[in-house]
Amino acid sequence: MGTLADLINSTLVFSVALIFAALGGVFSERSGVFNIGLEGMMTAGAFGAAIASYYMETDGGATTSSPWVGLIAGVFCGLVFALLHAYATVSLKADQTIVGVVINILAVAVTLYLVKIIFDGAGDTAQLEQVFAKWPIPLLSDIPFVGRAFFNSYPTTYIAYILVPLSAYLLFKTPFGLRLRSVGEHPGAADTVGINVTKYRYIGVLISGALAGLGGATITLTTTSNFSHSTISGQGFIAIAALIFGRWNPYGVFGAAFFFGMAQALRNFLTRFEFSQSIPSEFLYMLPYVLTLIVLAGAVGKSVRGPAAAGEPYDPSKR
Amino acid sequence: MNRAADIFNKPSTYIPFIAILLGLLCGGIVMWIGGYDPFAAYGALWNTVFGTKYDFGETIVAITPILFTGLAVGFAFRAGIFNIGADGQYIIGMTAATFIGLKVHLPAFIHAPLALIVGMLCGALWGALVGWLKAYRGVNEVISAIMLNWIALYLSNYMLRDFLVKKGEQKTPNIDETASLSIGWLKNFMNGARMDWGIWIGLLCVLIFYVLLWRTKQGYELRAVGHNADAAKAAGINIKASFIKTMMISGAFAGLGGVFSVLGVFHYQVVQAASAGYGFDGIAVALLGGNHPVGILLGAFLFGGLTYGSSGMNFEADVPTEIVRIVIGSIIFFVASHGLIRTVIQPFFKKRKSRERKGAGMNGNVG
Repeated sequence: MGTLADLINSTLVFSVALIFAALGGVFSERSGVFNIGLEGMMTAGAFGAAIASYYMETDGGATTSSPWVGLIAGVFCGLVFALLHAYATVSLKADQTIVGVVINILAVAVTLYLVKIIFDGAGDTAQLEQVFAKWPIPLLSDIPFVGRAFFNSYPTTYIAYILVPLSAYLLFKTPFGLRLRSVGEHPGAADTVGINVTKYRYIGVLISGALAGLGGATITLTTTSNFSHSTISGQGFIAIAALIFGRWNPYGVFGAAFFFGMAQALRNFLTRFEFSQSIPSEFLYMLPYVLTLIVLAGAVGKSVRGPAAAGEPYDPSKR
Repeated sequence: MNRAADIFNKPSTYIPFIAILLGLLCGGIVMWIGGYDPFAAYGALWNTVFGTKYDFGETIVAITPILFTGLAVGFAFRAGIFNIGADGQYIIGMTAATFIGLKVHLPAFIHAPLALIVGMLCGALWGALVGWLKAYRGVNEVISAIMLNWIALYLSNYMLRDFLVKKGEQKTPNIDETASLSIGWLKNFMNGARMDWGIWIGLLCVLIFYVLLWRTKQGYELRAVGHNADAAKAAGINIKASFIKTMMISGAFAGLGGVFSVLGVFHYQVVQAASAGYGFDGIAVALLGGNHPVGILLGAFLFGGLTYGSSGMNFEADVPTEIVRIVIGSIIFFVASHGLIRTVIQPFFKKRKSRERKGAGMNGNVG
């Protein structure tokens, strides 16, 4: 049982960033904006976290607060690119997929450009000394199996525990959520009853940027301790897979991200066992993508469908 | 579906040029903020591309793959499909060509063409998978293609690691000399730049792109589906077959790009952690080139030149090569957000704009 608890524990480390980014995707797509740019926004978040924490360490000495500053900086950097995305796709009505591709290109280019300027041509940031440590939660972490698996983890994991039900509540139990979803399902109808489509789509995209940035920052502050071109490498696309696999629902997304995180955790975990030699690691890498395809292809027709208006700019004149 | 065709069939030809200028301007500003001299940097870029015969040859080497992926993306766009999966098709084509180049031993006159055709077909099949998923399983092509890109990357790495690469190494041995598609005399003429058949076949593909779409009945049907799938269906066109056909041809173009990278340029393949991103550059090229084969060719020249030139910027002006990615990203941003350009220049071009509106109506027809 101990081994399984350890597996769940390390799965959570990999999953949390995916959960954040995919949750962000939920808000954006529920409001009717496709967000292929999650990868770029995560990259921006990872960069922001690495740089802010680095300056906190060099200027203020290594303090325990520096990872928190990094986390906030990551959110902020994600927001910057989300704002660009929202401006192009909502205000200028540009194609959402293409803008997403642009965000991915720009985020990687801009962050690496800045890293090279700040660190004199080096392709990665300095290793951080102060990153998040695991916080066992008093009492809860003493529960035999569950405590070891779920309550002996990084602070970011606990944030995810809170954000998932909170997002679900926001989306499905509040007027705000209803409006956001209505804008994604039928913007014309929403507009008719007086909901500001532009405003809600901006909010959706900005939340997605903030959460994707948080996800990127999480990777820097719990896994890699620095930022380079390979810090994110594809996590944003796995988040999109988790978003679809979780059917645009926060709890579903949590489950899917947990599952995909496990695929990553297993890669390290399986090396403990003899039989793992016979499984090429590439197949484990592939797993999230293959499963998503199978789910999408297996469910013909309407059962797996995102918000009806996702992908289309809203044009009041075509109402 | 129409949205893809809509963006790309804008009658305005001035938008790409303004986008290029704005993109270069953005790059300049970013360099200036970073403390570099933009003029020196762009000068270095120009010198790198047009400086020597060798450099010009290597620029063409940089142009070739994005010409192929650009054609792939553009062709699919014309038929109403956003092929974001050119990346995966490129990788699959490349890996198949490497496999044939290493594992099969034949005389030259058959070996190289075989590797080329197998690579192209594998790219085509990988593309067709996207078309099939869209036609028969209703899967959005953007999502399936993104998933297939990553599957292609890991499948390729698996093939390389388990069959083609020696233990402990990260790259395959060189392919057999008989499978090479390099052009020796041209290479010597260009002072050792890695010249191959790629650019020539690429130019041939530009022609094929045009003839297929505008000079055949099949192409007419594909374009009709691209304009309005429902109308095309009502007119009796088999749109499911059309999706698959489109993606096969698109995948074949992208696959050829991968083929020439191995058979023509490198002669070996490397295990990669992430793809080189030629498929995404292809989207940029197609968008800039307005989906027209000649536009794509010009777009590929621009982005290929920028990419190769960035090494010179780094060498001479010490500017990080990422600056060119920023320029390319900005250019696509401005082309995609053409609304921005229009608002900015509207006051200056009021007359022209009204004339173009009329043009837009005419352009709506297929044919």
